Amino acid sequence: MTTRITARRSLTVLRHNAELYRHLVRARIRAQWQYRTSLTFDAIGSFFLTFIDFLVILALFQHFPRLGGWTLHEVAFLYGVAGLGFSLCDLVIGHIENLGDMIRLGQFDTVLVRPAGTLLQVMASDFALRRLGKALQSLTVLIYAIVVLDVHWTFAKVVLTFATIISGSAIFASIFVLGACVQFVFIGSSEIANAFTYGGNQFSSYPVSIYGAWLRRIFAYAIPLGFVAYFPTQYILGRTDDPLWLQLVGPVVAIVAVGLSIVVWTFSVRRYRSSGS
Amino acid sequence: MIEVRDLKKSFVVYRKTGTLRRDRTIVHAVDNVGFSVAPGEMVGYVGPNGAGKSTTIKMLTGILVPSDGVVKVAGLVPSRQRVELARQIGVVFGQRSQLWWDLPLIDSFDLLRHLYRVDVASHRAQLDECVERLELQEFLSTPVRQLSLGQRMRGELAAALLHRPKVLFLDEPTIGLDVVSRSKVREFLGVLQRDRGVTVMLTTHDLGDIEHLCPRLLIIDQGRVIYDGALAALRDRFEPFRTLVVDLAVAAPAIVVEGAEVVRVEGPRQWLRFHREHTSAADLVARVAQQVELLDLTIEEPGIEDVITRIYRGESSL
Repeated sequence: MTTRITARRSLTVLRHNAELYRHLVRARIRAQWQYRTSLTFDAIGSFFLTFIDFLVILALFQHFPRLGGWTLHEVAFLYGVAGLGFSLCDLVIGHIENLGDMIRLGQFDTVLVRPAGTLLQVMASDFALRRLGKALQSLTVLIYAIVVLDVHWTFAKVVLTFATIISGSAIFASIFVLGACVQFVFIGSSEIANAFTYGGNQFSSYPVSIYGAWLRRIFAYAIPLGFVAYFPTQYILGRTDDPLWLQLVGPVVAIVAVGLSIVVWTFSVRRYRSSGS
Repeated sequence: MIEVRDLKKSFVVYRKTGTLRRDRTIVHAVDNVGFSVAPGEMVGYVGPNGAGKSTTIKMLTGILVPSDGVVKVAGLVPSRQRVELARQIGVVFGQRSQLWWDLPLIDSFDLLRHLYRVDVASHRAQLDECVERLELQEFLSTPVRQLSLGQRMRGELAAALLHRPKVLFLDEPTIGLDVVSRSKVREFLGVLQRDRGVTVMLTTHDLGDIEHLCPRLLIIDQGRVIYDGALAALRDRFEPFRTLVVDLAVAAPAIVVEGAEVVRVEGPRQWLRFHREHTSAADLVARVAQQVELLDLTIEEPGIEDVITRIYRGESSL
């Protein structure tokens, strides 16, 4: 009985939060739409600029037929999945890297005197549509890869592709949040976080097998960037570099990462409120 | 409505003493502050920069957690019940905006409705009243970034009131405003407190705000409350002297009279300083008139700003 009431109540809270998020984000989009010309150019710019990343991969394949045992088209698939996960996350939460500025300008104090969750409010404070350029570029590469690759598609593979993009987003989002937590202590330390967010996107765009053992241990498992694309795409592409369970466990890793980042965020906000640096 | 007891807040500050070495010092920003504010009261909270005003307000609004002591606002503990408290209070920080910079003012009001979950009818009624009282109509659809400071501040006030808070915290609400906007804001705050019974706590550097609005004044310095009482009583307590200015028919040497001393002579005009309790103004005028022929006279009270400036400087003590 009580559990049912609690469940219903948390469902209501969730619905209210989702509604609030929608209203706040819609306002951000409306604001950006006032400058739609510059927005369009920004997005087109980011579309072509991020293609340079992919050109680097193409250039590599001029010299090596395979990269860490993966063919060009397989790497293209990996690149598309990782890039799409990252850019969706960047769209929703990327601006959290400006938390230091928010604290300095006192905007975070405004967040604290409002009756809503702090993380929700920070997330909803922006929705940078220009980042759609990168998402579109990743999607283009992904579609190209799907067309040229001869994947034997099953229902499970389709589900895992979507699940991987979402859990990849979630893993990047937790890295963004954890990076922001550092800024509560060292205001203006956004570069440290960048190494793991933007750097993490670079890392996850190549087969993990090309990296040395130590780098692999830290970046693929400890910071679970391997689960953003490398392990799950093996299942979709029918590769056997790593054991099956590692290929399928990505969404679970994402849930754990998100949970951890929320706990650390809550703790950091509490610490900020008592130290008020 | 507001209850503060033995409130303390200390910060750890690191001071550089060498290339790598640094000293750890503890700064007591708020040191044993206590006061209570009754429902519907309007209190001015003043003090020099760095006295601990903002730190106190941050603890009252749930932004900062106190190091020690008791805080209760509208029956809630701000540090533990931040979200519940947020629904009961309105906060205006004069130097930062809570409006959405690149959207029309009316859009900010609409977003706040969702944030505070106010139902449409109640929101509408409150908004209409704010729009009328604060004269927001003409710039409701102007993006906030294009508003003048005075317009923006009126918008901020409305934004803080839409959810009908019981307590309103205003941090420097008239800073940088022109005379017209300033009087509009003051007038509105007066009405708000009289008609609605909203409890208001106001920090300011502009003592005009206090003179116009706050019967009660709290002065804080170096983290401690050094005065809590009426504005008028403050003057009596810290500045017991008044000045009688007389214009004589002909210039004369300084008048010698019991109960007052001449502090300045300028041609036929003389300034006589006298103690407000020991000498009555009427007696003094009569005594002066016996000696010389008076054309005109005025009695000057010390400006409240002078009094407070002297308290800050430590020239007047309790």
